Amino acid sequence: MTSLTQNQYVAMDKYLPTQRTLHWITGLLILGLFAVGVWMRSLSYYDPWYQTAPIWHKEIGIITAILIMLRVIWRIKSGVPKPLSSHKKWEIHLAHLIHILMYLMIFVIILSGYLIATADNRGIDVFGIFEVPAVINAIENQEDIAGFIHEWVAYGLIALVVLHVAGALKHHVIDKDSTLKRML
Amino acid sequence: MKLLSNTLVAGLSLALSAAAFSAEKYVIDTKGMHAFIEFKISHLGYSWLKGRFNDFSGELTYDEKSPENSSVSVSIKTASVDSNHAERDKHLRGSDFLEVSKYPTATFKSTKVVSKGKGKADIVGDLTLHGVTKSVTIDAVEIGAGNDPWGGFRRGFMGSTTIALKDFGINYNLGPASETVELILNIEGIRK
Repeated sequence: MTSLTQNQYVAMDKYLPTQRTLHWITGLLILGLFAVGVWMRSLSYYDPWYQTAPIWHKEIGIITAILIMLRVIWRIKSGVPKPLSSHKKWEIHLAHLIHILMYLMIFVIILSGYLIATADNRGIDVFGIFEVPAVINAIENQEDIAGFIHEWVAYGLIALVVLHVAGALKHHVIDKDSTLKRML
Repeated sequence: MKLLSNTLVAGLSLALSAAAFSAEKYVIDTKGMHAFIEFKISHLGYSWLKGRFNDFSGELTYDEKSPENSSVSVSIKTASVDSNHAERDKHLRGSDFLEVSKYPTATFKSTKVVSKGKGKADIVGDLTLHGVTKSVTIDAVEIGAGNDPWGGFRRGFMGSTTIALKDFGINYNLGPASETVELILNIEGIRK
């Protein structure tokens, strides 16, 4: 039985090519979405990006959400490489905890973002290809509550990303093991 | 004789005080929502953007014989701003505009009513918005009054005033055509 909170360790040297690709694509998308999210709120009313940036943020956000779901499916379906024998127990536990927290926070960010954008019962158009319908819109001041959560959980996620990257670099540079290479 | 004059004086003063209290008290019908507080602001100078506040309450007194004795007070929950676009409403509630967490209510209290005849009046009063109190004049008109079909008595007014956003400490730049906003009140009072 494998689940999100309990890793299914598989004897493989690296993450699968699909997993690696999805990891880096969604990672970059999340960093980009965070940067755009902070930046677009500072734009003045007359900025050419004032209208466009939030639209892109939503469209790319939906695409990212779909890719993240695929990532989770692959993680559950195919498992993850066994920890290296050189990994200490606390390293395995800490890394695992941060992974789980990141997934949870990403999920909360996706949900809260969706709830902001659809609070007035209008769906999210994604590049004119499809529309994500509005389902929940009866929460009082939904856009404010969801907005508060979306912002602060995003800052929290970025803090965890910093830890995640620091961990990966520690293994690569200080421990000189193949932890990071498994994702390359 | 003394008794009679005393009675007269008493009767007269009673009549006088009755005149002073002849102003009728009304409560704004927010239960049945026959009242609307709307705003109107130019979008880039190309069109009108309209919105409203959904949550408010208020009372008014009305003196038919001497309208200058009339008064009105309204209290608005700023977080109830509704422009039919959730993300815009979120922006309006935030620090660029209404700062509703810091200034949850806006109020208007009349200080002087100047009748212009034919049911029209200038209602001068203090508008408190975004933590700033300023005197504004509402150009008001009585729409109608009379018995309602359910045993009550109602009286309705419409009033409007235009304010400059920066007078109330709202300095977000919406462009030169959008520096003022018109507040439009349509209110129906039910006589107490």
